[in-house]
Amino acid sequence: MNTVIYDGTFEGWLSTVFEVYERRLDDVRIIENDAPSLFGNSITITSDEAKAHRVWKGLCARISINAAKQLYRSFLSEEKGREDHLLAYARYALSAKLSIEYDYAHPSVRYVIDTDKKVRREKHRMEAFVRFALTADQIYYATVSPDFNVLPLIRRHFEQRYADQRWLIYDTHRKYGIYYDLHQTLPVTIEPANPACPADPACPADPSLPDSPNPIFTPDETQYQDLWRHYFQKVNIGARKNLKLHLRHMPTRYWKYLPEKRPSL
Amino acid sequence: MWDRIKEKLGILADSAKYDVSCASSGSKRKNENKGLGNASNGICHAYTEDGRCVSLLKILLTNHCIYDCAYCVSRRSNDVKRAAFTVQEVVDLTINFYRRNYIEGLFLSSGIFKNADYTMERLVLVAKKLRTEHNFNGYIHLKLVPGASKELVEQAGQFADRLSVNIEIPTEEGLRLLAPDKKREDMLHPMRVLKNAIDESADRGPRPSSLALPAAASPAKSRLFAPAGQSTQMVIGATAEPDLTILKIADAFYKKMKLRRVYYSGYVPISTDNRLPAIGTPVPLIRENRLYQADWLIRWYGFSVDELLSANQPSLDMEIDPKLAWALQNLHVFPLDINTADLLLLKRIPGIGLQSAERIVQARRYSPLHWDQLKKMGVAINRARYFIICKGLPQQPKDYAAEQIRQFILSAGHSKYHPNFSPQLALFQ
Ligand code: SF4
Repeated sequence: MNTVIYDGTFEGWLSTVFEVYERRLDDVRIIENDAPSLFGNSITITSDEAKAHRVWKGLCARISINAAKQLYRSFLSEEKGREDHLLAYARYALSAKLSIEYDYAHPSVRYVIDTDKKVRREKHRMEAFVRFALTADQIYYATVSPDFNVLPLIRRHFEQRYADQRWLIYDTHRKYGIYYDLHQTLPVTIEPANPACPADPACPADPSLPDSPNPIFTPDETQYQDLWRHYFQKVNIGARKNLKLHLRHMPTRYWKYLPEKRPSL
Repeated sequence: MWDRIKEKLGILADSAKYDVSCASSGSKRKNENKGLGNASNGICHAYTEDGRCVSLLKILLTNHCIYDCAYCVSRRSNDVKRAAFTVQEVVDLTINFYRRNYIEGLFLSSGIFKNADYTMERLVLVAKKLRTEHNFNGYIHLKLVPGASKELVEQAGQFADRLSVNIEIPTEEGLRLLAPDKKREDMLHPMRVLKNAIDESADRGPRPSSLALPAAASPAKSRLFAPAGQSTQMVIGATAEPDLTILKIADAFYKKMKLRRVYYSGYVPISTDNRLPAIGTPVPLIRENRLYQADWLIRWYGFSVDELLSANQPSLDMEIDPKLAWALQNLHVFPLDINTADLLLLKRIPGIGLQSAERIVQARRYSPLHWDQLKKMGVAINRARYFIICKGLPQQPKDYAAEQIRQFILSAGHSKYHPNFSPQLALFQ
């Protein structure tokens, strides 16, 4: 068994695949470097853009761009052991003459398809459940803590849709955000001024805050949240109540970000 | 000021909610010149406690109405609080909700005040302001007021993504009984105008990219005409039409008017009028769901209405879904071999949905599929097993009678086959 340690980035994983081929390693286990180093006999790989690029190009020559994206998104799942599954997928793809992406009966193809599906679902949920609040300095601000690292995946959607407003989406779990300044979107980190609220005192996710007048937000902000909550209650048809379905679509773990699910004033 | 708006929003959302359509997909409006929004993917931003998708700000401009349709909460004779938004108020609400990522856009309908054209003009004005003054490219669904003029219908199409006229009561007789001031022709007329205008714009519109005109010649935006097409809604269970009649009407709408969607709305009793089901009568949710399933079979699975229902059997089976019902009546078609059957036939196997059927066709090219693999590919094997042949099948299909299979499947998993009430979800596997 060869244990390979890499830096946890996608580029790092691609570089690892390169080394696995270069050094003809088999029976490999790939571990992210922040795990305790219990492995005396391990190889440490540093990310290398050129090597990563070669592997990516090699993969894209064997599978469609769509399958390559599936692979990338599966990586963003941060699921334990994904590096090994994806390595098996890459090996299968690189060894076959035909694209293997539709071989649903193969375990690593299925792993990629199933994991990708979960990640995409989370991506869609974030596109749906992000709720911006307008700050006094005219930034539409939202916090999220998705199950997977999906900010890189939702960036384009928000850029295209909200091209004429500045916005910031902050991942409180991974402690970084993406900020669009009307020209480009950049990754940002925020120093938490208030440890009680994960990101910032401006965090609209803190259930104790949103309804009290908060100088960080525009004076109208509370009013719009209140109108939205009111609207949400009014469109419900009591005679059709189906809480099970409601919860399946809107799992409680997302509620903290949704003004419509917070108790009203 | 906020209190007034809040009160109006409450009243005008409350009376708009019986329109079940909340689709915001099927358009192709892009964000141009760094404006606000786009309309293409159709996201549900929230779900109500009845499990329905909230994707649009769905409101009436006003619930004042000169008509008296018995099935409608806004009918003239009903004793409810009335309210009316100004055009600007609707515009502001839409923009502010949209910018906060609450909604995909606006669905605006209205009671009829003064007359059809007067009302329609204001609906069009809201859409026009959003598009021209706010560079808003989000989704707009406008309701066409029955009896609105051709000119206004055409203007509406220039600004909206989708337009709809609700037929509400499926047949002419029903309409005469419940909405004597309304004529079926007043509803069909705008539909026809719209169909023609959509056809025309498709002829003029941008062809697949290779033939695209230089961008400067005429901006794509000006050519968009109701890119998400038109839809309608029928109320189910307010009058006595059987499913066969309803599906025949829907089918004709799809074919002749090229509607994108027909919605079925189980009647929610809101009136003591004795022409209608009494208050407290349960909403026919299962029937509504079965109609959606049949509708899907017709649009996506290649079934015709006549395959599903007949004069002898004009009602859908409430216990099992229409695809299983069809299979049980056509056992001679089965069992089908998973490794050789046509895609079209695969789709007809209970327990196999569109996606699994396509996956099967793709995967079997690599190697013949085995029962264990089928399970992992998303096939509901507990239903499919009675209808297929496949290597490794635990038990070869016996000559069960339809009634036996029905009982096996019904007793196999109650929760799983329990009808799903959401019109957004197709329930087939
Ligand atoms: S015309 Fe429309 S709003 Fe008026 S009563 Fe009839 S259905 Fe209701």
